[in-house]
Amino acid sequence: MARTLYEKVWDAHAVATGPGGRTLLYIDRHMLHDGSFHAFEALRRSGRKVRRPDAAFATPDHYIPTRGRENITHPELRDKVEALAANAAGTRITFFGVGDDRQGIVHVIGPEQGITQPGITLVCGDSHTSTHGALGALAFGIGASEVAHVLATQSLWQSKARTFRVNVTGRLGPGVHSKDIILALIQRIGAFGGTGHAIEFAGLAIASLSMEARMTICNMAIEAGARSGMIAPDDTTFEYLAGRPYSPSGADWERAIARWRALPTDAGARFDREVDLDAAALEPMATWGTSPEHGVGIGGLVPDPARQPDAARGASMEKALRYMGLAAGQAMEGIPIDRVFIGSCTNSRIEDLRAAAAVVRGRKALVPSMVVPGSGLVKRAAEAEGLDRVFTEAGFDWREAGCSMCVGMNGDLVGDGERCASTSNRNFEGRQGKGARTHLMSPAMAAAAAVTGKITDVRKLVRE
Amino acid sequence: MEPFVTLTAPAVPLDIVNVDTDRIVPARFLRQPRSAGYENFLFHDLREADPGFVLDRPEHRGARILVAAENFGCGSSREAAVWALAGSGLRAWIAPSFGDIFLENSFKNGVPAIVLPLERVAAIRAHLRHAPGSEITIDLPAQEVLWAGGRERFEVDPFRKECLVAGIDEIDLTLRHEAALSEYERRQRAETPWLGHSRIL
Ligand code: SF4
Repeated sequence: MARTLYEKVWDAHAVATGPGGRTLLYIDRHMLHDGSFHAFEALRRSGRKVRRPDAAFATPDHYIPTRGRENITHPELRDKVEALAANAAGTRITFFGVGDDRQGIVHVIGPEQGITQPGITLVCGDSHTSTHGALGALAFGIGASEVAHVLATQSLWQSKARTFRVNVTGRLGPGVHSKDIILALIQRIGAFGGTGHAIEFAGLAIASLSMEARMTICNMAIEAGARSGMIAPDDTTFEYLAGRPYSPSGADWERAIARWRALPTDAGARFDREVDLDAAALEPMATWGTSPEHGVGIGGLVPDPARQPDAARGASMEKALRYMGLAAGQAMEGIPIDRVFIGSCTNSRIEDLRAAAAVVRGRKALVPSMVVPGSGLVKRAAEAEGLDRVFTEAGFDWREAGCSMCVGMNGDLVGDGERCASTSNRNFEGRQGKGARTHLMSPAMAAAAAVTGKITDVRKLVRE
Repeated sequence: MEPFVTLTAPAVPLDIVNVDTDRIVPARFLRQPRSAGYENFLFHDLREADPGFVLDRPEHRGARILVAAENFGCGSSREAAVWALAGSGLRAWIAPSFGDIFLENSFKNGVPAIVLPLERVAAIRAHLRHAPGSEITIDLPAQEVLWAGGRERFEVDPFRKECLVAGIDEIDLTLRHEAALSEYERRQRAETPWLGHSRIL
């Protein structure tokens, strides 16, 4: 029978059936971060051991400061970073710590190290684990209890998700990026349009994207409610993985490629749901509200809650507008901003930094702006290309790798009432700090906002 | 895990759509150990901004069931969201839809997250607004919610139901499948040996 990519990976990892027909799914790889301390604590309390330390990889990202980190002075942050190092050492889990260039945001370093591979199952106690699906892995975020379960058993009880294919056709116009594809999709299907589903992103527009651009799309599958997003592995995937530290090598490489080539969805496989999206029709996007579904094209207006057919939704939109300090009908373009953040597991890879630098080059940031590379290696690569100088000469802060202002747990916060143009993935109330107002957008758009001090159509600044 | 079978208790309505886990427990509190009592941070910023927040109204004090709107618990995977809600005395939640990870986290902590059709949940919330403090019954084995407006049947994943009603520890359950796990690992070593090593340290 014709099967989807998701079904193939699922079938290959189903090891047993339990009560109610649930499947025990084997987990090939497990990423851990400095927020995983609850799970280690639970494991210790139960007196259980880590079953497969060789399948787990840990790095501090959520709590780690983005400067002055060799000697972290904040006691709570230092505790979290040190606790992870101690937990990893105590359980013999591979650890990339401070001072190691391989340290970074879990979802950046998984692919970067070749830990993430096509056809594997990968989990992490973080909802943006969907990112890794860009390489054709079945990857999803889990809670602390599940992290403890994976540590102890290297498996999880799961029920199969419904399948959902998003076909993206057409070519992206100049100044329009993969972030715009995913923001447009979420705007269209809603923040819970993908709930209970595993999304496969397909179509020529996806196939023509680079590996990193694909990661941005899968990263935000969770913002459409889907725990996992996947893309069929192809030559782009294989080229990306070749030679990475944890990628198969030598004779194993050929064996791996042969297996990976069998993964894409079979012709005639059925999906529970399908949606088409025309990439050629998209313009750069930005969000106006407090849910990732509150996206609009840069030429558009802040929508009017009164025109919402659904009353509860209208009320929520009104609340969002009040929080954001915006009025219905206001033009998106020209909204003044106070701060810019370029980073997060959505957009902190080298291509993202290049796209932002292309806009920034020769200009000055008009508002406080920072760039936080996704990993030490991304930072080094950017410095080798001179991107750090482009940013610092424009007045940007150039930081060390971590989650930083995406969530502000490390103290990199947006102030109360401040409006931030951000390349991250969540514009929730208070996400970047109490009272912080977040506008999600692509790195190019965030760069345009930095150098103009307002939300600006990046296409007016660069002719590509 | 403490089993959950039936519960009859006062319920509180929460009318906000897309309540994300950042709102349930803001990120800055996640540094705290669980012993700090996450209930102290529950809806922290919402409550601070709105002294009349529904959970703080006297008529909803003893509520043990939360009746929420669409996509409740979306966003971050933080299990602290469930700990905070449960720590404040809530023992079950009902909504038209939940964030997938939140839903899983709920059952893992002994709390049923019950999905009912949108208009039924809206009707229950409307009822609770007009008659605050009204009781609702959740009968998990029968898969029914009883309230003043009638009897609602709900679907629940049979695995989650069974684990919850019997209070099963999932890790114990899994370890009964040791042979299957070992067999998978044997196959993995043979077929994809590159997945089972840590040659770089
Ligand atoms: S960068 Fe943001 S979204 Fe990504 S893992 Fe870190 S906190 Fe989560």
